[in-house]
Amino acid sequence: MSGAGLAGDERSDVDAIDRTPVPDADVCVVGAGPAGALVADRLAGDRDVVILDAGPRFDPADRLARQERAIRPSYGRPDVWDVGGERDAHESAGDRYYPLNHARVKGVGGSTLHWQGMVMRLHEDDFNSGSERGVGPDWPIDYADLRPYYAAAERELGVAGASDNPYAPPREEPHPMPPFEPSYSDSLFAEACESLGIDMHSVPNARNSEPYEGRSPCVGYGTCQPVCPSGAKYDATVHVERAEERGATVIDRAPVERLEHDGDDRVTAAVYATPDGERHRQTADAFVVAAGGVETPRLLLLSASDRYPDGLANGSGHVGEFFMDHLFAGAGGTLDEPTRQNHVGFYTSACDQFYDEADESRAPFKLEFFNYAGPSPVESALSGDDWGDPLRDRLRSEYGNHVAMGGLVEQRPDADSRVTLAGDRTDDRGNPVPRIEWTVGDRALDTIERANEIQVSILEELGADVEWVAGPDATGPAYHHMGTTRMSDDPDRGVVDADCRTHDLGNCWIASSSVFPTSGAMNPTLTIAALALRVADGVEARLSRGT
Amino acid sequence: MELTRRDAAAALAALGASGGVALGARVAADRSRDGDPGEDPEADGTASDDETVRETLTAVASVVYPSDLAGVDAFVETFLAGRLDDSAHAAGVRETVAELNHLANSWHGAPVADLDAADRDRLLREVGADAADEDPDGTTAERVRYYVVNELLLALYASPTGGELVGIENPQGHPGGAESYQRGPP
Ligand SMILES: Cc1cc2nc3c(=O)[nH]c(=O)nc-3n(C[C@H](O)[C@H](O)[C@H](O)COP(=O)(O)OP(=O)(O)OC[C@H]3O[C@@H](n4cnc5c(N)ncnc54)[C@H](O)[C@@H]3O)c2cc1C
Ligand code: SF4
Repeated sequence: MSGAGLAGDERSDVDAIDRTPVPDADVCVVGAGPAGALVADRLAGDRDVVILDAGPRFDPADRLARQERAIRPSYGRPDVWDVGGERDAHESAGDRYYPLNHARVKGVGGSTLHWQGMVMRLHEDDFNSGSERGVGPDWPIDYADLRPYYAAAERELGVAGASDNPYAPPREEPHPMPPFEPSYSDSLFAEACESLGIDMHSVPNARNSEPYEGRSPCVGYGTCQPVCPSGAKYDATVHVERAEERGATVIDRAPVERLEHDGDDRVTAAVYATPDGERHRQTADAFVVAAGGVETPRLLLLSASDRYPDGLANGSGHVGEFFMDHLFAGAGGTLDEPTRQNHVGFYTSACDQFYDEADESRAPFKLEFFNYAGPSPVESALSGDDWGDPLRDRLRSEYGNHVAMGGLVEQRPDADSRVTLAGDRTDDRGNPVPRIEWTVGDRALDTIERANEIQVSILEELGADVEWVAGPDATGPAYHHMGTTRMSDDPDRGVVDADCRTHDLGNCWIASSSVFPTSGAMNPTLTIAALALRVADGVEARLSRGT
Repeated sequence: MELTRRDAAAALAALGASGGVALGARVAADRSRDGDPGEDPEADGTASDDETVRETLTAVASVVYPSDLAGVDAFVETFLAGRLDDSAHAAGVRETVAELNHLANSWHGAPVADLDAADRDRLLREVGADAADEDPDGTTAERVRYYVVNELLLALYASPTGGELVGIENPQGHPGGAESYQRGPP
């Protein structure tokens, strides 16, 4: 079933909410995912901030029902958060199909409503991929520039972690919460890894290992991805709500269709639609586009004008180009002993040992030790053609002794991997939908094979029957949208400068993984959060200077 | 193994006692909304009263639950006491139970609760609920699978005792704490 038709229609107050623009706003933020929420929260209080989001404000009381959707087979993953339908139509036209609606949520909280919440810092070399590895450009900023913002981002999200990872970049202080203890299956992996000389270490989670800022500790629902009913997993509603408490205004179901500008290269208004069919103009002194790695370039392209016929902020011609995701590499099988999987939906150990061996032919990659290998009994119970004793016997025999490893691999930035506007397909508002051409090069595919070799050697050392390998042919995206408005000091080579301000428009910033010039192999959201806090400081500095 | 009230409470805590489940059953809600406001679905036989729903689901549970479980009736009753509210999901359960009983009457001459276990099992298979994929908006087979068979299986296997029966005392959907994943096998 398609979920979008359901999106919050049950709220009878949909049309009663005032969605008219805020007069005299200082800052307009487009998008209420973690990037937009963190910018808004940091600026609210001192500034009049308005956040426009394309999707609804979800009712927290519905989280258990969404969890039921996550478990019941009649719902697809996009249905859990009402993604799909004409609002979210898209085209996939590259070498590889890109399942965009599995990879995002629209609404207050953004894709963190669905995310898994693994939060690592990029490595120092990730910021200098061109000079250190011979691949792609260097970032115009270094790890040192982001380091204090990483620490701040960890406090904001609430990260449980330890300092036992010898391969992680230097950090100045412990994580805000103690790490989650290793799982039982981690202890099995540890023996195998030790005999192979492979290091295991803890992994940072944006998930509460103890009560944190009024939010619950993890209680083990086990459905983290796509929904955490307890709120122990961070999602961006935390910062949207805090921004509102500090005076920000949030307008939901308000897709921005274009940004308008004046003759002085300043954005003047965000034109948005509302459910009653009206269109409004939100004016502000500063604009922060935080609509995710696909909708951000789409909005810039939709905002083409006589002055900017190729789209706004697109003097370089690079808006939409260099679309990257992380590639999944995995392997799994069974042991002849219990492995205790699927109690929780997150992992507790990883291996970054091979990450910095990266060079021109080998991409950085990391390895993960899963706690959710094999079937979850409650899910399999609902989709068999058996019941009674035969079902119980099947569940017993299916569950219990699976093991699996995952991993993420960097892909090289490639201008032909890109987001453009579809030629003739439009969304529910009549705007051209995003068209994704996703291509993956040999460096990433070869590295997936290398990751698979290590994974299989660990599983074999463990004594597992290896039953599946997700290699170059079976790989898929990790749902991290990066690169489409890349950062560069040079206006010909990038869309935004080192402060994430667009080269072409003086009062427009982008807070998103779309600014990543290269992607590393670490999940992106901690870096998105760090950059968002830095953007907020940049906006504040400009506003106080009156420029 | 014995199902307890704690299991029923846990299943409710996992799945939500009420209204929110309406998310999954818009069509049932639309059906009742679109009807003549004067119509009473119970009176015209298109929906069962809650007592009939309880009797029917308890009878179905004795077929779809494993035979070595005790305490099934009380478990199902406590679960349904939380689940049968005025949500669209509950309306879907009531309507589907009425439909199933209608078929039981025409094919086997008695409602589900009055059939013997073998006939109940046969009825569910004749309806097609064994092979069907659950769908709240689908065919009779798909709706029986969704609102009757899977409603019961979900309640059982998301509860601690149901999980334990197949080797996982903290199944998905059950907030059984953040320690069980660390423990080795018993
Ligand atoms: C299944 C899954 C698992 C993931 N796991 C992890 C993980 O473990 N670790 C990690 O680091 N990352 C993970 N991610 C990625 C993570 O969710 C994203 O990196 C993060 O949410 C991006 O934040 P954002 O604010 O830039 O964009 P989003 O969170 O996507 O938010 C963008 C918001 O902008 C709104 N918007 C879009 N267009 C418009 C418009 N025109 N007008 C107004 N509003 C608009 C959308 O409605 C949305 O609410 C995962 C993602 C998925 C889908
Ligand atoms: S296991 Fe996941 S879903 Fe459950 S409480 Fe912990 S974070 Fe939330």
